[in-house]
Amino acid sequence: MNGIYMTPEFDVIRSDARCTACRVCQRQCANGVHSFLAEKGVMVSDETKCVNCQRCVSFCPARALKIVRNDNRLRENANWDQDTIREIYKQANSGGVLLSSMGNPKPLPVYWDKILINASQVTNPPIDPLREPMETRVFLGKKPEKVTRGADGNLITTLPPQIELTMPVLFSAMSYGSISYNAHAALAKAATELGILYNTGEGGLHEDFYPYGAHTVVQVASGRFGVHEKYLETGAAIEIKMGQGAKPGIGGHMAGAEIVGDVSRTRMIPEGTDAISPAPHHDIYSIEDLRQLVYSLKEATRYRKPVIVKVAAVHNIAAIASGVARSGADIIAIDGFRGGTGAAPTRIRDNVGIPIELALAAVDQRLRDEGIRGRVSLIAGGSIRSAADVVKALALGADACYVATAALLALGCHLCRTCQSGKCNWGIATQEPELVKRLDPDRGSERLVNLMNAWRHEIMELMGGMGINSVEALRGNRLMLRGVGLTQKELEILGISHAGE
Amino acid sequence: MRPKEGQVRIPSGCAIAAVISRDGNRMSGEGMIHAMEPMHDRSNGLGGGFAGYGIYPEYKDFYALHLFFDSRDTRKACEAFLKTGFEICHSERIPTRKLPAITDEPIIWRYFVAPLQSVLRDLQLDEKEFVVRTVMRINTEMKGAYVFSSGKNMGTFKAVGFPEDVGVYYQLEEYAGYAWTAHGRYPTNTPGWWGGAHPFALLDYSVVHNGEISSYDANRRYIEMFGYQCTLQTDTEVITYIMDYLLRRQGLTLNEAAGVIAAPFWETIDRKTDLVDKEKHIYLRTLFPSLLITGPFSIVLGFEGGLMALNDRLKLRSMVVGEKDDRVYIASEEAAIRRIEPDVENVWSPAGGEPVVIRVKEGVQL
Amino acid sequence: MKQIDAKELDFRTLNERLRQETDDIEILNCCGQRFIGAGLSDRKLLLRGTPGNALGAYLNGAEITVGGNAQDAVGDTMNAGKIIIHGDVGDAAGYAMRGGTIFVKGSAGYRAGIHMKAYQDKIPQMVIGGAAGSFLGEYQAGGVIVVLGLEEPDRRIVGNFPCTGMHGGKLFLRSRCEDVRFPEQATARPATKQDLKEIHNILLDYCAFFAYDINKILDAPFTVVTPDTANPYRRMYVEN
Repeated sequence: MNGIYMTPEFDVIRSDARCTACRVCQRQCANGVHSFLAEKGVMVSDETKCVNCQRCVSFCPARALKIVRNDNRLRENANWDQDTIREIYKQANSGGVLLSSMGNPKPLPVYWDKILINASQVTNPPIDPLREPMETRVFLGKKPEKVTRGADGNLITTLPPQIELTMPVLFSAMSYGSISYNAHAALAKAATELGILYNTGEGGLHEDFYPYGAHTVVQVASGRFGVHEKYLETGAAIEIKMGQGAKPGIGGHMAGAEIVGDVSRTRMIPEGTDAISPAPHHDIYSIEDLRQLVYSLKEATRYRKPVIVKVAAVHNIAAIASGVARSGADIIAIDGFRGGTGAAPTRIRDNVGIPIELALAAVDQRLRDEGIRGRVSLIAGGSIRSAADVVKALALGADACYVATAALLALGCHLCRTCQSGKCNWGIATQEPELVKRLDPDRGSERLVNLMNAWRHEIMELMGGMGINSVEALRGNRLMLRGVGLTQKELEILGISHAGE
Repeated sequence: MRPKEGQVRIPSGCAIAAVISRDGNRMSGEGMIHAMEPMHDRSNGLGGGFAGYGIYPEYKDFYALHLFFDSRDTRKACEAFLKTGFEICHSERIPTRKLPAITDEPIIWRYFVAPLQSVLRDLQLDEKEFVVRTVMRINTEMKGAYVFSSGKNMGTFKAVGFPEDVGVYYQLEEYAGYAWTAHGRYPTNTPGWWGGAHPFALLDYSVVHNGEISSYDANRRYIEMFGYQCTLQTDTEVITYIMDYLLRRQGLTLNEAAGVIAAPFWETIDRKTDLVDKEKHIYLRTLFPSLLITGPFSIVLGFEGGLMALNDRLKLRSMVVGEKDDRVYIASEEAAIRRIEPDVENVWSPAGGEPVVIRVKEGVQL
Repeated sequence: MKQIDAKELDFRTLNERLRQETDDIEILNCCGQRFIGAGLSDRKLLLRGTPGNALGAYLNGAEITVGGNAQDAVGDTMNAGKIIIHGDVGDAAGYAMRGGTIFVKGSAGYRAGIHMKAYQDKIPQMVIGGAAGSFLGEYQAGGVIVVLGLEEPDRRIVGNFPCTGMHGGKLFLRSRCEDVRFPEQATARPATKQDLKEIHNILLDYCAFFAYDINKILDAPFTVVTPDTANPYRRMYVEN
């Protein structure tokens, strides 16, 4: 044996008393964990292949299965924990850069959980969100700085292009390629039914989804996959992807093996070639170059589409955002370090970038200090997990939130974080037809609609409690937030007081 | 030490009343004092105030700055500062009468001033903007000095106390104005500072307000982008700055400004059949989303030549309007109007979000 | 009828004087005194001037007549009795009233009949002669609200958002209501003769108080609004 042996991460526990050897688990598992031992007439497991995606557990009709953490442990060591040691073994065995999926799982501070929301008592009334009008409609886009009037004295009511959303949430970018056709179909349908937008990601727009264009953000990333005139014209908005919270500063690489059929056609690259997204846009090496790309897109679409510039939350994000706001962008999307990904180097995912809460607070304040907050709308993303996170983000200063991981969970994702394998048993992060068809786009869409409707009601309930009946009056209303267990510096950056103050 | 007003945000409830003569006839301030009496229980003795329009006809071309000072030295320093930018035409202590109910008086002066043209030219500012900046500068940088009125031919008078007492204290029976507003405050905390009383004023705009708004910080953080400094953390202060921004700096009409701060619900806008009106409302809500004021409020905005009454769009505070001859009355309660005009006619309650604008007839010399 | 002059009396003194009396009382020169007749269970009161907020709060059987307008929260949480207003009423008239009847000759402000409810044999009723403001019958849980629209024929009979959260009771509007938008959980339909029978008696009372001809009032289309369910929001929640 050349490699160092590692015990499997999980144990597959099968209750022999319950198992009927129906072999459903075997059929459901694309990783090949389960098999039928004919001579003994029993099911057996190969734990080394298990990723704990819970597919077999969910489908076992006898409820005979559970997946648990393997309790075989290395000797306890507070400095060298088991995961760290296993990563060393993996690299020693392979020589490879560690690759992971979905968002940063490390126990770093989640500021959302240290922020509490206000409610009205006595001095002004809470509002009953179910019965009184409660507005969640938002418009994203540049707001002119001065009112103009015609010769007749009437207001000239033309505005720069705006995105209208029925609630302050959009599904964030996930490319066709990183997720399946059916997952895209579910997102497109749900966004249309909800009156919000989903985002193509950088993989182009499948021709079947052009009818959902009014509810689509079309993305332009450094690889420019699938970008052409009709694509740009079809979307409700165009997003320039400068960076992504899960992997700031690096690009992407999709193996040629996955560039087949529709994926190849949608990306407009030949089958079998690698799809490489460079780390930078090679026409943007400086802020003035961003302006050039923004305006080239505006020119191509005759100034009818708002342009979103998506950046990862990094140390100097306030200054970067200020620059972006002056570059002609209509909307800035900031993606925090907990944002998900289909594949990213582990070290990057877990160590680069800053929390969205601090980034958002810093950006919103900087743009106000410079008097240009009205020039752009802000979208916050990077692990927005609930309606409460949305409300907190809005009160810190966001106009809307990007949501992806929560949307994938609604589609059935169990967050096993092995998207990079392409063998998603839930039919989401895969292109294998047998797996893809496991996700019914209509049912998926229905669950997305359910989730967002539930969030919208929760947002309304939280707003109602604060006596706010329009989301506009929540935006930037930091007086509605208090921190718990935060340092003076953290409170200062968030621009909120401590609970009790 | 208990924080002073401005260091802490203090919600408060209130009573308001106002009167205007459409013929521009001058009325003594005494009527407003009586109007506040039946609404005594809407205040708690921690703030009262009045604004009178047309009260300084002899100095009508000068900005009337009313200031509180904590000491003679502060006053001297502030006067020296004023002289760097203004010609002071006249200055005096504002006459008051001693009352047991009014204590802890600051030094209260008024100055009738005109900006020096040379200074305006150097700074490339128009007169009003210069006055605004001067007021902001004194109120944020000059400790112990506070400008609480800065319009022409108008003035506010306010103190900690019940409004009835505040009116007597300032001898309002000695003033004659074509319009008056009055306010009794019910703050939920007792830092007891005179500057925190209403009306709140900037240039000719004065605001009296009832209710606690829930959009405060969204509004404040937006308006502070444009050079306004919310030093008092009160709703009325931010509403006054919003009105100044929308009316003076953006050039909106009163109705348009009302369409921003008390915007109709989207549902109402969507159903509008007058397409020009519909487009206007969509435009205003989209352009100024951060200036929408939510939560309960009823306000009376005073301006040169008129008053505007406005309720929040849900109408969570009461407000009544009535008429008699050339006069129009506005108050939180009908009883307040009946007290000073028992035979008031056409009493009605304006709907939420629908501004009532009353102006002195055109051509009347103010 | 015995008289009390309310001039210069604050509300506590005035209400204390009222409680000491056993006869019917006429109160002169009301001007803003709150809570007049609060909790009163017998006697008739006749009010001149403008009474203050929360007139007849918790009223428990007495009859209050006001010669002119009344302010906000008339008959707040009223249990039984009658309140007859010869002018207009302010906002939130009949808030949470459980029984008794309020007659308003003129118009009502915002939120008239908000959370009006019925209990056992108690059925609260309110008749508004003029128009009603926005949020009429908000969260109505029981009882009957009638709006006649008699005073200003050109004005829409009710403002925006009537019947939001309605989950009980009935609302009658003397109009076809073509220009009124009702919420999803309530049904509006033309009133039948049978429906109108339910309000015949209170309309007769209304006509007697304010000298109207019932035939003229009934000679117009009525719309009746009822809730679809007593638990409109149950489906919105999921156990957690």
